[in-house]
Order: sequence, then structure tokens, then C-alpha cells
Amino acid sequence: MATDTKVFGGRPHALTDAPFTYCPGCTHGISHRLIAEVLDELGVEGRAIAIAPVGCSVLAYEFFNCDGIQAAHGRAPAVACAVARTHPDAVVFTYQGDGDLASIGAAEMVHAATRGDNIVIIFINNAIYGMTGGQLAPTSLLGQVTQTSPYGREVARDGHPIRVVEMLSTLEGVALAQRVALDTPAHIREAKRAIKRAFENQIAGKGFSIVELLSTCPTNWGLSPADSFTWLQENLLPYYPLGVYKEIDK
Amino acid sequence: MTTNFQLAGFGGQGVLFAAKVLTYAGLLEGLEVSWMPSYGPEMRGGTANCSVVLSEAPVGSPIVTEPDVLLAMNQPSFDKFYHAVVPGGICIFDSTFVTDVAEHDGVAERAEVRLVPVPASTLALDNDLKGGANVIMTGVIVRQSGVVSLETAEKAIEKSMSARHLHLLDDNLKALRLGYDYE
Amino acid sequence: MAPKTTEKATEKVLMKGNEALAEAALRAGCEAYFGYPITPQNELAAYMSKRMPKEGGAYLQAESEVAAINMVYGAAASGVRTMTSTSSPGMSLKSEGISYLAGADLPAVIVNVQRGGPGLGGIQPSQSDYWQATRAAGHGDFHPIVLAPSTVQEMADTIHIAFDLADRYRTPVIVLVDGMLGQMMEPVALPEPGGATVVEKPWAANGHQDKRPHNTITSLFLVADDLEASNRARFARYEDIKRNEQRVEEYRTEDAEIVLVAFGASARTSRTAVDLAREAGIKAGLLRPITLVPFPVDAIEARIPQAKAFLSVEMNMGQMVEDVRLVVNGRTPVEFFGRVGGIIPAPTEILAAIERIAGDDACAKGGDA
Repeated sequence: MATDTKVFGGRPHALTDAPFTYCPGCTHGISHRLIAEVLDELGVEGRAIAIAPVGCSVLAYEFFNCDGIQAAHGRAPAVACAVARTHPDAVVFTYQGDGDLASIGAAEMVHAATRGDNIVIIFINNAIYGMTGGQLAPTSLLGQVTQTSPYGREVARDGHPIRVVEMLSTLEGVALAQRVALDTPAHIREAKRAIKRAFENQIAGKGFSIVELLSTCPTNWGLSPADSFTWLQENLLPYYPLGVYKEIDK
Repeated sequence: MTTNFQLAGFGGQGVLFAAKVLTYAGLLEGLEVSWMPSYGPEMRGGTANCSVVLSEAPVGSPIVTEPDVLLAMNQPSFDKFYHAVVPGGICIFDSTFVTDVAEHDGVAERAEVRLVPVPASTLALDNDLKGGANVIMTGVIVRQSGVVSLETAEKAIEKSMSARHLHLLDDNLKALRLGYDYE
Repeated sequence: MAPKTTEKATEKVLMKGNEALAEAALRAGCEAYFGYPITPQNELAAYMSKRMPKEGGAYLQAESEVAAINMVYGAAASGVRTMTSTSSPGMSLKSEGISYLAGADLPAVIVNVQRGGPGLGGIQPSQSDYWQATRAAGHGDFHPIVLAPSTVQEMADTIHIAFDLADRYRTPVIVLVDGMLGQMMEPVALPEPGGATVVEKPWAANGHQDKRPHNTITSLFLVADDLEASNRARFARYEDIKRNEQRVEEYRTEDAEIVLVAFGASARTSRTAVDLAREAGIKAGLLRPITLVPFPVDAIEARIPQAKAFLSVEMNMGQMVEDVRLVVNGRTPVEFFGRVGGIIPAPTEILAAIERIAGDDACAKGGDA
């Protein structure tokens, strides 16, 4: 082993030793790490409860060192709502993909937001269903070819891709609605700041915070990891502009 | 010995409360009792009815289809339930609102059902007991059916009232006695 | 095992079944209730909405039945005594969450105040969710415990039992009643408050507080052997449940030749019918399952030698009768009488069914009876 390796940062305590099961180049690893770093920095791992979705990150509870609950597809906000209401001191977050949150779980998402449930939602938007093999997602772009839109997404048949944080930003119960991306170091640093703000909001009892992370899916996009970041920048960023769509006390 | 009661009227006439008083009186006298309202669209459509069973044996079905005692607070209730009253039964009705009796189909040939007309709503107004027709009729039921005593019914009224309505207790007791004594 | 009754010095009060159950649930230590409006169970949720905040618990009207049962899942996963209630169409929506509760071995109580179906059906009393409760409460290899009280008093008593069984066996428990029991008022002696059974839940996901390894609640087992092991462990518990928890009430069965089997509302009129049959010289009796799961197999088995026939009386097209037949296994006839659509079988029509069976039996023996 090389002895001249410089360690810039160890593994966050809030991450377990379990190796990630994600595909090479997938950004789930980055977002997991960001969350874990925030839990460490805020010192809340002991009272944190992670709600895992159905999707590629279904096993998220194996990677976080805090307590975890696996939820039915789309229902994580309802599960989180109940945990938060029965354990006011807990730090509760869901980790959900675009199919889980914006399609099958749209009702649970909207109502948790409008109730102002004191929870954090980390929303992974990569515009495709990953675990099931690359089907059309509610956030797939117009013209995007997927397993179930082989000729590209068509408005007449599939409707328009849904902009989640813009929509939720109209609701009174929302404390923070922000979109960030995981394509560049600068964006990743901004993503971590957003995640931290979301958790700080919850600890301060400010209500519902959602951080949307524009992410990649090299496997189902059929691109190399490097090309995936380019595709994200050229296609997702124009339709899903980054920014803070709502933040209370600002 | 089992006595089946059917109490019916418009929503707001207080038949559910009258039924509750009757049921509580049965409970206080040590009888097996049940109170079962109609529920659903009918309730929302304007008519309310409630079954009460007072019995020495455990109550099987709380839903009364052939009452020994019918209270009809309005014409539709009279029309709907009169024919279900068992032979030898009693049909008590508010003659303020139930006016179509003599001409009513089949009333003549059902002489075995005792008709007890009481102008309860008029009596309530005349005695400054607005909204008390249901309790007046409870007094009539107690007297006519003889299953529970007046004293028990008086206690049952207090039991049946929510705390925020207890200031109306004296009015209710007055109404009960008015009905009980009505000749 | 005999039903647990509450013979306290407490004064009997008149309460609707839905409200008595709600109050008894609070007294049994229910800390969180999640529901969605549907007739004929609305009084239960309304009662909870009024009382739960005063008890310091969580009450929430969810956006859907689906959300409500998943809130129950979340509360149960974090170690809280929790329940929901609904009526038949709502149970179909809750089936997803009930399956996850079972798969993650979580204790919770689900009350179904049944109405007629299928589809929107009606809102009158029914027992047509027997199959759903006992066989198809959700996808996958599981069944809940199912309790079926038949009076308002028993509704109040049962809820404590339901919570205790849920905690003891880490399983969802369904309390199966109907619109009649939910809506009617009967005298009830409420259980004493503060009688909640406190169970340690070291498995709960409620924050490890840096004092233990992290807990995870999941129904996911991607390795086939793991999933099989999980199912086998659960079914081993089901065997314990079958052995320990069969509950039944018997009425005049000692010498009964025609044994009625009925639960809930239809057991009430069946009991009256047994008395009528006895008056007519027919040796009838009633066996009333209080647990539908575990089905009171032992009690039925015990009556097979003396029974000339069993008669299952239900408010459906014939569901529990199949369980009776499974026990009897062809050794004696098992007949069925049912009414549907919200109609309670009348004692007189049940009597007619009893007389018909008694007559058939007499014919079979050459009419010497």
C-alpha cells in the first residue's frame, strides 16, 4: 500500500461499512455521503430515522448508521409523518426517487408538504426508473427514450415531465424547496449546503423541506458515467433549473 | 318479555334523543337494552328513525322491523311504519303533523293497533317548551308502554344529556311529565 | 380460552360501539390513530380526534386509506401502540400496508366496521369481508389475527386484547365488526384507564441515541433463503397463535345436535334462534368464534361426534362455512344460511333453516324422530 496517500476525509460515521450496491458511476453514493456528512456535522445520527423507498435505494437503510424503516412504494412521506408526530425529537428523512415520490407517491408527497410535516425529503431525480430497468418516469424529458417510451416521450400520450419543487413551493407548509445537482464539485458543495439547511429546518421545527438532487443513471441512460454528467447538463438542467424555489425566513 | 320500539320523525325532531332516554331508562331498570339508529342516505334525506329494544333476555338483533310501540313524529313516518306495528301494539303519533289518519289506507281494518294521537308539537309551543315535542312524546311512551317507570325516565333524561345541555334539564323534566300526564 | 370480560365496579354507560371501542383503545394505551372518513365507522375517528390530543397522542386524518395505513406502519415501526379504522372499501386500500406490517413483523390494530360489497356496495351491516380478513388481507404469505366481538361491551374489551396480541406476536390484528355493532348503543362498562400493557420494543426504529447498533424495519429479503427463513419464523409463531389463542363462546352446545356457528352480529340473532329451536324441541346450540384467526378448530372438533349437522349463519353469501367444512372434513353435514345487502338474519328465518335441517335428518333416519 502506498504510504504517501493523503486522507482528506474519513468515512462519515453515519455511513455503515456496507459496500454500496449501486452501479458504477451512479450518484446515489454521492448523495448518501452528503447526507451522512450532514448527520455527523449536526450530531443527530442517534435520533435520526431514515425512511427508505422502493427503487434502487430500497436498501438505503443498510448504508446509514441511523435507525431505518423501509416503506412501501411511494409511502415514505406518510411513514415519516407518523414517526415525526409520535417522536417529536426524532430527525426524520425520506430518500426517494422520481417514480417513488412524483408518481406513485404523489398524493403522500403533496399532503406531507401541505401539512408542513416536520420532515426532510431527499428527492433523487434522474428522469428514469432505475431498479425496474429503465422505464418512463414522471420526470422523463419530452423525447426521452426509455424502455416504455421506445419512440421517445410524447406529450399526447405521456404528458409533460413534472417539476416537483416548483409545484411544492406553492404550498404554505413548505419551509424549503430547492433543486441542486450532483454533476460538478461546485454543485455538489451546494447540494450539501441545501441538505444541511433542510435538516436544520427540521431540527428547528420549521416544517417540511425538500431537496431535489438532479442525478445520473448511466446504466439505464446507456451512457458512460462521464457522458452521463454531460447529458444531465445538456438536458436536465435546462428543464429543471437549479435554485431555491421557496425558503421561509428569507 | 321483550318490547320493541320504533321511533321515527324528521331529522332535528329529536327521535334519537327520545330513544336514548328510553334506552337509558331500561338500563337503569336492569333490563337488557339496545339503541340502533338508521344511518346512511336516509338520515341525510330528512327522516330519522331509531330502534330500541328493552328485554329481559340478551338482545339478538337491535334492528326492529315489527314494533310493539311506534312513535311517528310526522306523516311520512306514520305512513312508513304504521303497518309494521304488531297486532295489539301501540301507535303514538304527533297529531300536529300526522293529520291523514282516518283516511289512511288500512287503518280501519287494523283496529287491533291502538292509536294514541298527541299534539306534541302544539303542546310544546303552548307550554314554552320549544323543541320539546320529542321529550313530551317520551313521557307518552313511558305511560302507554308501561315498561319503565316515570321516575326512572326522569333519571334517564339527565343521563342522556350532554354536559353542555344540562341547563335544559328542568325543561326536559317538565316536558316528560307533560307527556306522561297527557290524557 | 374463555373470552376475557371486564367485570369492574364501573358504572355501565350507553355508548355506540364505535365510540366504546375508541375509548377502550385509548385506555389500552393507543398512542397514535390515523384514519380516513368512511361510513359506518366515522364516530370512531371523530371520538379519537376529540380525545387523542388530550391524551398527548397523535391523531391525524390522512389524505387516503393508503396513507393512513402507512402512517400506522411508521408509528408501529417506531415502537408506538397504534391503530386505524375503516370500512370495507377502505380495507381494500389498506391491504398494501397490512401486508407490509405483516412482512416487517409490526404490531398494529386495524378495525373494519364492515359494510356490504363488492364495489361501493352499500353502507348497511355486512360480514362479507370474512375472506378478505382471514385469507386475503394483503399480498404474500401471511395472515393477521382476526377478532370478532358481538356486543358493544365486547368491542370495548376486545381492543385491549387486540393490542396485546399484536405486541406479543408482532403481527397486525384485525378487529372485524360491522355497521350494526358500530352504530348501535348498548350498556358498556369501560375498562379502567391505565391498564395498558407495556411491552418493551428493543427492535423499534426510534433513534439509537448512540446507545445501540442501528435498528432496521423492513419486509425486504432479496436472498431467497432469507425470505424463506423469515416466512418460516412467522408461521412458527402462527402455530403458537393457533395453540394459545383460539377464543370461542358456546351457548347450549353441551347436548346440541344442530350446532350453529356464527360470529359478530349474526351470532346475536342465532342465539335467539337457538332458544326458539329449543322451545320447539330441537337440540340446537351456538358456537360463536371470537377469534376468526385462529379459527376455533378445537371447539368445533369437540362437537363433531354429537352433531347431526353444523349450520353456519352469516351476513354474506357463505364464507366462514368453508372454514367449518375444513374442520369437519366431511364427517357430518355442514349447512349454510345467510342474508346479504345489510339484512340481519332474523331469528325466525334461522329457526326455519334449523327446522329444515332437523327435518332432513329425521327423513334420513326414516322419520322416527
